[in-house]
Amino acid sequence: MSAEEAWMIAGMMAVTFGIRYFLFALADRIRLAPWLEHSLKFIPPAVLTAITLPAVLLPKGEWQVSLANPYLVAALLSLAAGILTRNLLATIAIGLAAFLAHRLLI
Amino acid sequence: MAALICHENAGKWLSWRHSPTGSETAEKIPPMPPQESLKKHEFVTGMRDTLPLLLGALPFGLIYGAIAASSGLSMAAAMAMSAFVFAGASQFIAVGLVAAQTPVAIIVLTTLIVNLRHLLYSATLLPYLKDLPQKWRIPLAFWLTDETFAVTVHRFQRNDASAYKHWYQLGSSMAMYLNWQLWCFLGLVLGNRIPDAQSWGLDVAMPVTFIGMIIPFVKTLPMAVCVLTAGAASLLTLTLPYKLGIVVAAFAGIASGLLAQRLVDVRREASQR
Repeated sequence: MSAEEAWMIAGMMAVTFGIRYFLFALADRIRLAPWLEHSLKFIPPAVLTAITLPAVLLPKGEWQVSLANPYLVAALLSLAAGILTRNLLATIAIGLAAFLAHRLLI
Repeated sequence: MAALICHENAGKWLSWRHSPTGSETAEKIPPMPPQESLKKHEFVTGMRDTLPLLLGALPFGLIYGAIAASSGLSMAAAMAMSAFVFAGASQFIAVGLVAAQTPVAIIVLTTLIVNLRHLLYSATLLPYLKDLPQKWRIPLAFWLTDETFAVTVHRFQRNDASAYKHWYQLGSSMAMYLNWQLWCFLGLVLGNRIPDAQSWGLDVAMPVTFIGMIIPFVKTLPMAVCVLTAGAASLLTLTLPYKLGIVVAAFAGIASGLLAQRLVDVRREASQR
């Protein structure tokens, strides 16, 4: 491992752990305002959606809204599977299977 | 014992098929101090509820390894990144930046922005972990991922008196960590041998996994408003540099969800009068 790689990993580790630990470190000393506490439950779905939608509609950094886009097809089928089965494993497995089938067949 | 049984129905959605014999297996646990068996039960349940997400992390880890192998990063550095940084999305972006010969400072800054969402996750878990000693908070923070968060938050929010819910998070963390190391390693080894492994598009694993994690949150109208707004905002902020759009879109979603919640509450109060 080169020195530059070591610095990069040390830096990435410091910021990543820093972000994850910052609030935990202060946990017993801070109190969140009630409205802030109400807003917490919206965080996970908002963040995950903001990452997912562009990854599906612009898989290679360019708009591709058509059934020729295997990412979009996989996402739509896994969404349908998730709503119908309410089963996480089925949601992921069907999405991955749809993607592979699309790549192999189309 | 009551606590043991009610855990068996825990996270109906997140876990795969529950055996109807759950409570029987709980009774078969060999005699141990009851505290120890409760901890172990939480730990094992956390691991089990995370199993589906391991499938999603599998192709993601493989493709990370394959991209890292072709990016010019040494194998030791690629594995060290998985072991010490342990953040899939940012590792993925980092090896892309390494291949494009980006300066280290920019890579670290991008990592910071991509991982800012973890600050929001830790804020959500804060009320549940604040009474634990630092020797618990430090490892749980290090292992905090999207997947472990999504599984664990449902466990913490369930109304039961278990004092060992953090053992559940530890179980989920361990499963994610070991699984990630394994597939990254295989991706690195195979990536050198399979030409053009990146063009397979295994990165589809991330959106598909995230869709599975989003669905159980969307149970109310305000939550649906939040998700739709965050999605729309993520498409409108694509031009922002360093993935900042994710943060902006997330805040737009949260604000719209709060607003919708307020409107729903006001309407409910009005109808009750």
